[in-house]
Amino acid sequence: MECSPLYRQAANMKKSLLDQGYLDEQFHQLEELQDDLSPNFVEEVVTLFFRDSARLIAGIDQALEKTPRDFQRLDGFIHQLKGSSSSIGAAKVKNECSAFQDHCNQGSTEGCLRSFKRVKREHAALRQKLENYLQVLRQVSPSPMKAAVRPK
Amino acid sequence: MSAIRGCKGEAAAELHVLAVDDSSVDRRLIERLLRASSYRVTTVDSGKRALELLGLGKENNTSSKGPKVNMIITDYCMPGMTGYDLLKVVKESSALREIPVVIVSSENEGAEDFLLKPLRPADVSRLRSRIDGSTS
Repeated sequence: MECSPLYRQAANMKKSLLDQGYLDEQFHQLEELQDDLSPNFVEEVVTLFFRDSARLIAGIDQALEKTPRDFQRLDGFIHQLKGSSSSIGAAKVKNECSAFQDHCNQGSTEGCLRSFKRVKREHAALRQKLENYLQVLRQVSPSPMKAAVRPK
Repeated sequence: MSAIRGCKGEAAAELHVLAVDDSSVDRRLIERLLRASSYRVTTVDSGKRALELLGLGKENNTSSKGPKVNMIITDYCMPGMTGYDLLKVVKESSALREIPVVIVSSENEGAEDFLLKPLRPADVSRLRSRIDGSTS
């Protein structure tokens, strides 16, 4: 079963996401938590993340449109987004959130707008990649990759 | 564990943990992690809801008896009532102050580490590694 093409494909996709820095070790921790009692754990957590992040991103968009800009409110949103990104191992999104936070703290509107564009871009890219990955994962038999794709 | 104090008369039941976090992702994570240790877990998304569940209504009086909780684990940084605010309310309540409270935070908050007083020599080596920037 571990040698099936789909299994290998999923393993390669995950390795690629880790190698390219889209995901970090925390994502691997999520997969470790998936078991017979929680057979869809990874998908559940990823779904929760994208549901929350969509709401937060919309909130930030709205807050950025208002003038004068409420940087404290913005910081609250991005804090939450950064926290959940960290919790699922979404490394690039998390890093862009940090950059956005820096600009917010400096009260730099221009910097905020620019870095938020990057947050959204990374978020969209990750969403697509994880959707693809989960699609393959769903087709693989239960208790998929564990030791086989331990990141180095 | 001191949380078992107060369980007299009850069968050796599962320990009940109340987890408080405004992030749905983190709630799911902690629920799964605690399940692995066979605790019964209830998650809520705010300090306010935690207090309601514990039986402390809006007036901060024990208006109704809540379910037995053996431990509270709470996020530190939450909108509205922080984990620290929740801790204070719990410890000021005669009904609840015996419940151990653990506060969870991320380095996102900016702090390097959290230590419990009184500090001991072992803590100093931890401080040293923080100054160096290395982890030990």
